[in-house]
Amino acid sequence: MHEMALCEGIIGIVEDEARKRSFSKVKVVCLEIGVLSHVAPEAIQFCFEAVAARTIARDAKLEIIETPGTAWCMACSTNVEIRQRYEPCPSCGSHQLQVTGGEEMRVKELEVD
Amino acid sequence: MCTVCGCSDGKTSIEHAHDHHHGHDGHHHDHDHVHDGHHHDHHHGHGHHHGPVHDQAPADAGLLDRGANPAGQTIAGLSSDRIIQVERDILGKNDSLAAANRARFRADEVLAFNLVSSPGAGKTSLLVRAVSELKDSFPVGVIEGDQQTSNDAERIRATGVAAIQVNTGKGCHLDAAMVGDAYDRLPWLNGGLLFIENVGNLVCPAAFDLGEACKIVVFSTTEGEDKPLKYPDMFAASSLMLINKIDLAPVLDFDLARTVEYARRVNPKIEVLTVSARTGEGFSAFYAWIRRRWTKLKQSGMVAQG
Repeated sequence: MHEMALCEGIIGIVEDEARKRSFSKVKVVCLEIGVLSHVAPEAIQFCFEAVAARTIARDAKLEIIETPGTAWCMACSTNVEIRQRYEPCPSCGSHQLQVTGGEEMRVKELEVD
Repeated sequence: MCTVCGCSDGKTSIEHAHDHHHGHDGHHHDHDHVHDGHHHDHHHGHGHHHGPVHDQAPADAGLLDRGANPAGQTIAGLSSDRIIQVERDILGKNDSLAAANRARFRADEVLAFNLVSSPGAGKTSLLVRAVSELKDSFPVGVIEGDQQTSNDAERIRATGVAAIQVNTGKGCHLDAAMVGDAYDRLPWLNGGLLFIENVGNLVCPAAFDLGEACKIVVFSTTEGEDKPLKYPDMFAASSLMLINKIDLAPVLDFDLARTVEYARRVNPKIEVLTVSARTGEGFSAFYAWIRRRWTKLKQSGMVAQG
């Protein structure tokens, strides 16, 4: 369950920001999760509540922005969009793809009180 | 709380190479570590601007204060909610500790590999053979990750090679803090090799950089050929796929070509070697691969020193 570890990471960032920016309540935690990243948004949603309990983010709503997977196709020299790592290039069918985006797992912003 | 991990209740334990007793169980509990390297204040537009945008520069460029007005006064009844731009990687703390490990390995000219696989693929048997046969050529150390027991480290130590066991407790992967602590407990591997055997798990360890030169995924012929498609993240993150138990291939109808094709769909650059930890087949090619990486590391070190 590395989702628990990732949620601990999210709470760590929230608490760190709370110390630096002096807020005591978090209403919304907004994440950017790439479709090719190491986690499914539903799994993060599931774990967040458990990890956030007894922290300043206990009442926070989790908003997840899913960012698209992109890859450079070496065969047709263009950037293409993919949903999975094993997908072929949608234009030429080649698997010679270099992932260029969609691997991010970030805390984008917080709505605080 | 430690790094990014849910091990705040001290479930993880790391073996001590010496007799002295530490007051903690091997974790860095570094609450003050702020890594601003991952922190950028962006000003791009997004869907959360609920209030007016003020012309004046705010005191904190990363803060959109919805409750403030141009006069700097608080108006009764107006919400004090504010949006804070954070833009920090969730794994940022682990990544910064992994970078510190990588710098230490580089300073010691140690070539570190992170071995990953599903449980039972044969990582430990493979390592037992490899360290036995490499220990006369290089200083060698091993960090063993398992949820429980020191069985694997004991198997390595029986070969005369130094090994430290990390028990992750309920944890499903090694993280950079655990590896840093374990590396402290190993003898100096000056110019040598460090093998980190991760927890047997094809999912979670993919996300956690430990500071290694590269990941090596061990895949055995008793697993389905389509495993690279089922667990693409791990095969995408690895530089080398070692196909173990190749001596069993004839009795298993194992399709090597299809396995390699699936792995390269996920990672076109992945290198592939076939080995048998039981018979020793293929290990000379594996050692030649290690020596090439080691020579490259040495050469880059010489370039860096000018």
